[in-house]
Amino acid sequence: MAKFQKKRGKSTPGISTASLPDIIFMLLFFFMVVTVMRETELKVKLRLPQATELTKLEKKSLVSYIYIGEPIPKYAKKLGSAPRIQLNDVFATPEDVIQFIENERAKMDERLTPYMTTSLRVDKDVKMGIVTDVKQELRKANALKINYSSLPKGSE
Amino acid sequence: MPRGRQSHDINAGSMADIAFLLLIFFLVTTTMDIDKGIYTRLPEWDEEFEDVKLNKRNVLDVLINSRDQLLVKGELFDIKNLKKEAKKHIDNNKRDPNYSDSPKDAVVSLKNDRGTSYDIYIQVQNELKAAYREIWDREGMRRYGKVYGDLKREQKKAIRKDYPRKFSEAEPEDLGGGS
Repeated sequence: MAKFQKKRGKSTPGISTASLPDIIFMLLFFFMVVTVMRETELKVKLRLPQATELTKLEKKSLVSYIYIGEPIPKYAKKLGSAPRIQLNDVFATPEDVIQFIENERAKMDERLTPYMTTSLRVDKDVKMGIVTDVKQELRKANALKINYSSLPKGSE
Repeated sequence: MPRGRQSHDINAGSMADIAFLLLIFFLVTTTMDIDKGIYTRLPEWDEEFEDVKLNKRNVLDVLINSRDQLLVKGELFDIKNLKKEAKKHIDNNKRDPNYSDSPKDAVVSLKNDRGTSYDIYIQVQNELKAAYREIWDREGMRRYGKVYGDLKREQKKAIRKDYPRKFSEAEPEDLGGGS
């Protein structure tokens, strides 16, 4: 019985940290692969509407974004508070949409262009007038697959 | 020459720190959010506008004015009841003379004002989509014992053939209603 004495507790072997860099590197590579750099700087106020019937947009490379909303305070002085369209990094008019879609198409793999989707990210207080104008232009540009970007209900 | 032989070990102790820094950088810049939304297809653009004559009973007229009021079949309507109404319309099968002949003939026509807010427009789209999804789910359960989302491609197609989503959006105009 005397053999079992509390001797173990005394000396704690240090945890080997030799493999720590490897673990960190693995995490690093994971995040490097997953990362998508934010390309556009948002210049309009955007509070998306909420909905329940949502579809996920899978292929990010096949999606082009159109933002519509009030200019953020920085630009509001110059442009006023009327809703504006933002394509890439610049403010635009509905007439520019066709050209924008053409440019986006040219960037894509030719075989994949039929799968191109346009995501409309529109502030919920915007009136339908400007949205309709954009939709008409999209129809003219033959970019028929669209997605009204919205948040799941109950989230903020 | 003898100098070159002497190989020093590079101190790898700071490797972890460097990796950590990079890791934190990527952690911060990562955007993992997936874009979600209501997916639709716009009708193709054609210059000449053809007026398709439809039997009046087959069309569910949904109108939104610039005050965000909903008008269904000419009557003021609460958006909460829209899904039920749409389902009743689609699933009528000649029972009620005011609603559609069959699911295949049923059309939902949506018209909005230029002053309608985007929010209410999305809510209406959402409700109409939900109505169809619920009918598809029910059909899926009845025929295959699964909800629509879990069905195979052909099964989905079969259901969609019997309950096609016919959605017509008119050109918006100034309907008035005070903007």
